[in-house]
Amino acid sequence: MSTGHGSGGFAARVQAHFDAVAARVLSDLVAGEELTINVTAEETLFVRFNSNRVRQNTDVEQINVSLCLQSNGRTVEKSRTMSGDLESDQAALTRLLASCRDEALSLPLDPDQVPVVNNGVSIEEFSGALLAPEDVVPSVVASATGCDLAGLYAGGVSIRGNRNSKGQSHWFATETFVLDYSIYNGPKAAKGCYAGSTWNASEWATNLERTKTLLALQSLPQQDVKPGSYRTYLAPRAFSDLLGMLNWNALSAAAWKQGRSPFKKLAEHETTLSPLLTIEENFSVGLTPRFNSLGEVSETHLPLISGGVLKNLLVSSRTAKEYAMVANGACAEESPRAMDVSAGTLDEKDVLAALGTGLYLSNLHYLNWSDPVSARVTGMTRYACFWVENGVIAGPIKDLRWDESLYGALGSKLMALTSHTEIDPAVDTYYRRSLGGSRTPGALIEGFTFTL
Amino acid sequence: MFNNAIPHELALQHALKSALWAGLRFSSETTTQRAVRNDKPERNESSLEEGVMCEVLVDGHFGHAATADLSLAGLQRAFDRAVATTRATSGHKVHAFSATQRPPANGKYTSARQRNLDATSVAEITDCLLVASKAMNVSDKLVNRSASAMIVQTQINFFSSNGSETRQSFDLVDITLSATAAEGLESQTRSWQHTGQFGGESFDRDTFAQQGERVAQQALALLAAENCPSARMDLLLMPDQMMLQIHESIGHPLELDRILGDERNYAGWSFVKKEDFGHLKYGSALMNVSFDPTKSNEFASYDFDDGGNPATKEILIKNGVLQRGLGSLESQARSGLPGVANFRSASWNRAPIDRMGNINLEPGTSSLDELIGEVGHGVLMHTNRSWSIDDYRNKFQFGCEYAQMIENGALGQVVRNPNYRGVTVDFWGRLAGVGHTDSTFGTSYCGKGEPSQVIRVGHASPPCLFRDVEVFGGQA
Ligand SMILES: [Zn+2]
Repeated sequence: MSTGHGSGGFAARVQAHFDAVAARVLSDLVAGEELTINVTAEETLFVRFNSNRVRQNTDVEQINVSLCLQSNGRTVEKSRTMSGDLESDQAALTRLLASCRDEALSLPLDPDQVPVVNNGVSIEEFSGALLAPEDVVPSVVASATGCDLAGLYAGGVSIRGNRNSKGQSHWFATETFVLDYSIYNGPKAAKGCYAGSTWNASEWATNLERTKTLLALQSLPQQDVKPGSYRTYLAPRAFSDLLGMLNWNALSAAAWKQGRSPFKKLAEHETTLSPLLTIEENFSVGLTPRFNSLGEVSETHLPLISGGVLKNLLVSSRTAKEYAMVANGACAEESPRAMDVSAGTLDEKDVLAALGTGLYLSNLHYLNWSDPVSARVTGMTRYACFWVENGVIAGPIKDLRWDESLYGALGSKLMALTSHTEIDPAVDTYYRRSLGGSRTPGALIEGFTFTL
Repeated sequence: MFNNAIPHELALQHALKSALWAGLRFSSETTTQRAVRNDKPERNESSLEEGVMCEVLVDGHFGHAATADLSLAGLQRAFDRAVATTRATSGHKVHAFSATQRPPANGKYTSARQRNLDATSVAEITDCLLVASKAMNVSDKLVNRSASAMIVQTQINFFSSNGSETRQSFDLVDITLSATAAEGLESQTRSWQHTGQFGGESFDRDTFAQQGERVAQQALALLAAENCPSARMDLLLMPDQMMLQIHESIGHPLELDRILGDERNYAGWSFVKKEDFGHLKYGSALMNVSFDPTKSNEFASYDFDDGGNPATKEILIKNGVLQRGLGSLESQARSGLPGVANFRSASWNRAPIDRMGNINLEPGTSSLDELIGEVGHGVLMHTNRSWSIDDYRNKFQFGCEYAQMIENGALGQVVRNPNYRGVTVDFWGRLAGVGHTDSTFGTSYCGKGEPSQVIRVGHASPPCLFRDVEVFGGQA
């Protein structure tokens, strides 16, 4: 065990670099110009596993700086990779600013431009104790000897920072790892995820044991389940997969105004969801920065749905300006960044009894709106999913396709939420490691519809 | 200008002190996104992603380190990181590779285009987008009229210690017009897309005006239309839905890295097994599918993949029988199967993996009218809007934007919320007619891999007729 590769070193180096390049480019501004600057950076070791062996290892160090220039009522944003060399990066940003300025001259006025203001100063830093790069593979595979394990270890430092020409300054740096994995017995599989800021060998072993138990249950006789409607238990990870659809236009104020929201009926109070359902943005979990790319800081708690009633859509400042609404610190995409779903009262040990006869689903896969106007979603079951009879697991199922409206599944069909919740960390690694995650309980749903 | 600025030879020499083979892939990509919505500018953004992937072969294991520091010292540091991590992991490698998986390659590629994108001004592009947005303003019910263009210029240069030197330069355009009509709680969207390796010739005012008005009128027609009926019937898919059908139910299941299990924890496995190649009857005898990186203007055309393998057209499925998978030289070595040149990475900071490129369904002999004429009771669907398939690529459900019923060989009324579902091999067995003229589409956002990567793919197809498919509509 050792501290991760240059942990404090990388964050401190990027902070000093960003301070210097931001100061220089801000000093280049002329009258009538306002500028917002964002930095994202990471130092990450990615190791991909297949059959409990290494398929690929990739070491990535990257710093990206974006400039958003407001000039005479026009808005232009440009970003680029930084080399890390101070002199050449300062020169590159000076050129980038000049090209923003040139381009603004040929653009139409931007009537929905959000004025640049000072939203304050914040610094949040979380350091961890990660495995040294040479220890990652032995540490992962040791506990998994004899397992057919596939997955990805991603560990290192992730950074987000922001400055603007009104003196605003935000900084967020965190040192974490995620081991997102699955284990196999032929075509039967179970999924797990071990994430944190300090690698602990016995925690990893316990995590893997839990997943092995799910895999072992699949040695029971396979059950043939025909399409139809069944009482269904979505374990926390599966419920998180389903609620992930809320990131896709459902809670966005702009999507609602532009006819793209599957939650139009909910937003216009034509309907409600189950009184059991309460969802908020909760930044106190600390997985992701509270500031957005404009440097606006969200409330620590923002209620979204309370007792089934829509309380707030996510409103960005730009949407607020265009539609005369009140902004609430949302990011430009107006999707939740720190979704927290309140627990219910169903005890984990009572889940199978409450389910009685029906389906127990650990994970869902490949969700998409199938009929957005009625908030209908289709997707698949994946990994450890079982047929349960009279409160006893009978055996694993073949994967099923389902197609169900969220107005039903989160409305009158929602029977209970569990009293235990789980954090589902964001494991996305498109472009860079993502931050954040959601916290959800498990959900018992009546008459969930399976179609194929 | 950057090509010569990189001290690749000295950096490779440094790497060879510790590695059996070394490669260096420089990638510089500028992506410009412009969008107009309801006649107002919504987005004018550009990004430059630039850096080098340093790749080494140590103890039979390929490993990677990415850096944006292009100085000799920066490249040497990255090679040192790659060597150290690769040496530490090679004892657990999945396969013992050799430099055979990185053949020496030399050549240059430039996208087919009529007019260099650099010669197209910001004002010209903005004007086209505004023209489209205004052309969509045919009714107060058009609540969202959006026009966007993504313009990508990419340079990829690959150098290796065994003599590779390839330089490839791409001009890419991805234009989307989208009109949403809404009334009460109902809303319908219709869109048009123009995607491929094109230059400034893509920015033609008249086309933007015509397509803008068409999608707006069709969105209004959908708003007034009945729901698509739910029943088994014949299904005629137009090329802009065939693209998705090919992508999800042919392209992904044929990727050899999926078949080898690399993707099991993320995108998924495959119903196709190693022993299926040369035997599996994937669909009807009308089905002929190719991997074709040579098609001019298609989104994923190139001369070399990111391992330096020269890219050639290969037949994947012939007269309905599976012939070949989508696997790079690494996957070919692991599986013992033939493959294609498809080892591709999303950017400088990602290692290459098996990707789709251009996967095309070869034209048949029927005109569109003849295909319609062969249908007693059925539906014709245009343009994908919803997509979902299981992790083995069997059970799919797809939805389209726009459909028209076909009765007794003639096109009839417009219906909304058209969807269909099926199981891959059974569905392709129902292929009963293939058009003689193909159209080419593509997407910038095929997602896969750990760490994850989005990549550009192209799909050309004629309209295709499938018999007796489960079709259904939206909720009443
Ligand atoms: Zn894809």
